[in-house]
Amino acid sequence: MTAFLQSEFFHNYCRSSSAMIGSGLMAFFALAVLIGPFLVAQNPYDNATLNLLDSYKPPMWLEGGDPQFPLGTDGQGRDVWASILYGARISLFIGLVAMIASCTIGTVLGLIAGFYGGLADSIIMRIADIQLSFPSILIALFLMSAVGTGIDKVLIALTAVGWVVYARTVRGSTLSEIEKEYVQAAKVAGLPNTKIIRKHVLPNVLTPLIVIATIQVGTFVLIEASLSFLGVGVPITKPSLGLLIKNGFDVLFSGLWWTSVFPGFAIMMLVFGINLFGDFLRDELNPRLK
Amino acid sequence: MTDVTAPMLDVRNLEMHFPLGGGLFDRLRIGRKGPRLDRSVVRAVNGVSFSIKRGEIMALVGESGCGKSTVAKTIARIYKPTGGELLIDGEDVANHDFAQMLPVRAKMQMIFQDPYASLNPRQKVRDIVAEPLLQQAKGAEARREVPARIEKLLARVGLNAEHAGRYPHQFSGGQRQRIGIARALSVTPGLIVADEPVSALDVSIQAQILNLMKDLRDEFGLAYLFISHDLSVVHHVADKIGVMYLGFMVETAPRDVLFARPRHPYTRALLSAAPSIKAKRDKQEIELTGEVPSALSLPSGCCFRTRCPFAWDRCAVERPALRDMGEGQAVACHLIDEPERDVA
Amino acid sequence: MTEAAKQPLLDVHDLRTHFHTFGGTVKAVNGVSFDIAEGEVMGLVGESGGGKSVVGFSILGLIDSPGKIEGGQILLDGEDLVKAGEARLREIRGREISMVFQDPMTSLNPLHSVGRQMDEVLRLHSDLDAQARHSACVEMLESVGISRATERLRAYPHQFSGGMRQRVVIAIALLARPRLIIADEPTTALDVTIQSQILKLMRRQIAEKGASMILVTHDLAVVSEMADRITVLYCGNVVERGRARELIEAPAHPYTRGLIDSIPDPSNRHERLKQIPGTVPDIRNLPQGCNFRDRCPRAQALCAEIEPKLSAQRGSLSAACHFPLNPGESA
Repeated sequence: MTAFLQSEFFHNYCRSSSAMIGSGLMAFFALAVLIGPFLVAQNPYDNATLNLLDSYKPPMWLEGGDPQFPLGTDGQGRDVWASILYGARISLFIGLVAMIASCTIGTVLGLIAGFYGGLADSIIMRIADIQLSFPSILIALFLMSAVGTGIDKVLIALTAVGWVVYARTVRGSTLSEIEKEYVQAAKVAGLPNTKIIRKHVLPNVLTPLIVIATIQVGTFVLIEASLSFLGVGVPITKPSLGLLIKNGFDVLFSGLWWTSVFPGFAIMMLVFGINLFGDFLRDELNPRLK
Repeated sequence: MTDVTAPMLDVRNLEMHFPLGGGLFDRLRIGRKGPRLDRSVVRAVNGVSFSIKRGEIMALVGESGCGKSTVAKTIARIYKPTGGELLIDGEDVANHDFAQMLPVRAKMQMIFQDPYASLNPRQKVRDIVAEPLLQQAKGAEARREVPARIEKLLARVGLNAEHAGRYPHQFSGGQRQRIGIARALSVTPGLIVADEPVSALDVSIQAQILNLMKDLRDEFGLAYLFISHDLSVVHHVADKIGVMYLGFMVETAPRDVLFARPRHPYTRALLSAAPSIKAKRDKQEIELTGEVPSALSLPSGCCFRTRCPFAWDRCAVERPALRDMGEGQAVACHLIDEPERDVA
Repeated sequence: MTEAAKQPLLDVHDLRTHFHTFGGTVKAVNGVSFDIAEGEVMGLVGESGGGKSVVGFSILGLIDSPGKIEGGQILLDGEDLVKAGEARLREIRGREISMVFQDPMTSLNPLHSVGRQMDEVLRLHSDLDAQARHSACVEMLESVGISRATERLRAYPHQFSGGMRQRVVIAIALLARPRLIIADEPTTALDVTIQSQILKLMRRQIAEKGASMILVTHDLAVVSEMADRITVLYCGNVVERGRARELIEAPAHPYTRGLIDSIPDPSNRHERLKQIPGTVPDIRNLPQGCNFRDRCPRAQALCAEIEPKLSAQRGSLSAACHFPLNPGESA
């Protein structure tokens, strides 16, 4: 731990305001989704705690606002602040799980394509090329309309979109790693290919993935929000931030702006924080920029 | 007990051709007769033969692109040869598969050129050195002896036990090369293939590593195949020398014979081009013009004729064979038949 | 021809270039002094970490953050380049001083034809018209041994082989008729037969054009064939300098002796090479006293206390050593 505190990485972190703001925002959302729901009185998805009489209350600092609902309420009398805390939980969960799945699948395919080359390489990379020539939201939309909606379906759609970037990156670094003499040394030592990949290639291709993975969580949160906004995302019973925006959007022009603007602002800050921190990681971990 | 007089390494007519890289789409050409696949090959090694006895150091010299490194990597079976025989300790391993190669790897190891790229940056020295050993040591008993052996190996190459827990980036180039040597020694091989082991090192460190390698030869009776572009290094370590050009062996001879009486024009050019710290000797100057042709399309006849100051029409037609000149020297050059042409 | 009679073209005095990194200050060049007369070839020799390349970059004013020239003077004809502004340095680079690097690709732009890159130098540093510039380029390419020069001017760097590229770089370096050429390991990446072609070419061109050269290299054999005088660097300091033959045949500093002895040479019949023990110390953490004492067989108590200063020895040699070697004495 002390070694980390004395490292150049930590030193630069302390001097980079964007890294501090980014990681601060990320920490805020992490805390919010972990302990936030215990801090608010209302569970917006437990109908027993809702009261229709509380519907469409404005934020507390406006006329008619109620300190019990700091950011106002929606049509069912749900507290917008509580909905954001619960919604961010779902958005982040989807973003993280889809990222881990994409990263795992993409890395494995990239390793296979890069290490073995030949036919496997051609097939994997052509699929990736085709995939990249469609806008990712279109692929997700297409998949969702084919397999239906639900959190699991959203995860499948995001993973199907997300693996390509890992596969391409890993394949590229694998190709340059296997030219290095330590991989040849492992061959001369008599290591089987699977072991060479696991012990030698994999640990040395992971660093650039950290940056991609970080930023991808933000991207996935956005794609999921778009899908939910278009009505093919998460079900109505599990409203993510995107679905909150959609629900509020219906009444946005009736002057009831708070039901969609606050969730929208939450997404913005979340993705902004992730991207700021991701950029810092990119600068730190990419030796060519140093 | 194996036959002591038999060569540790016997290479016969070794050939290594690489298909041009790239996938299907990269090699697809659209010609007048419709699409076709580019099947050109890089002829890196074209029938090379030599043998090395136990305790003997054979050096291969030549310029970049002459195929010397490919020969080394093919012998170490990083590549599978496309032709010829490769006898290690009397056993032809040219077509061995992975499982058959494993016992052979205990007899033959390799030292690499780049002390920075040849060690995995994420492995500790202990694990790097133990790697070949762990592939050979089967059973808990054998594995238990590994740590003690690592310590002994590190001490032998001039490092100490504390170093075992560190990562490669904590060492200098020379120390890293020592780690690479310890790794190669771990399985007590009879043959070490050393691919330019000192060319990335500073001169003062280079001397340390060369001395260490010679000491290890004397101690363990190692045979080395020593790849280098540096004639003065080769002169210092080698018992015999092979000179390669464009994947062909153009001359082989015991060290002193080669340096005293080089016969092939390319060998003579190499010797006269090498810079020396001593005041100008009156050496026979052969100046080469032009550069090495591509291994994708070899010249007809003698591979060296495009740069040879003596070349005449016969050289374009007939490829000279390696011929024995006595005293262990063999030369592939038509000048032997017509020595009167040997006037600069 | 006595060097003393000539006014030095370049006089580097007590140059100190430091790099302020996270891990501490790297004193890459720490008090280096030497001079070069008109038409002279000076070899700057040392191992990696010796600071030899940093000297070259400092002269050209190419030290970027975190590096900084902390002190000293670089006098070109009496003008101090350390104090010169960026505009003046740009004027000097290419016209007065030009540079040849180890990897020709770092100094050639892969997107422009060789002819365009050569033309650019002349446009910046001469007032020739287009026609005259073109013929000057053709003439220069031919003089570095590239045939069909008119045609080759239209070629791009990747269409040349390694040796040919280095010839192009040399042609560009010579184009503006600079008075000083800094060549940083110009032949290290090349094969021996190509190296000897390039070295011959450089020697001939320099003599013809009357330019001076600083040859930065790790290869003592190359400098001994090329240089009039040699400066040996160790850990950012000059440990010895003098006329090339004197220095190679009977150096006064044990480090120079060690370097020479560790070169395997066909005429030297020793079975074992003499080696310098140990490794170069961490340059961020140099020992007190003489930097070389941990590896020096002659080191005594004095060496640990007082850092030796460069002082005149026999003949043309000066060395920074308390216990210099006599001729024929081994380290």
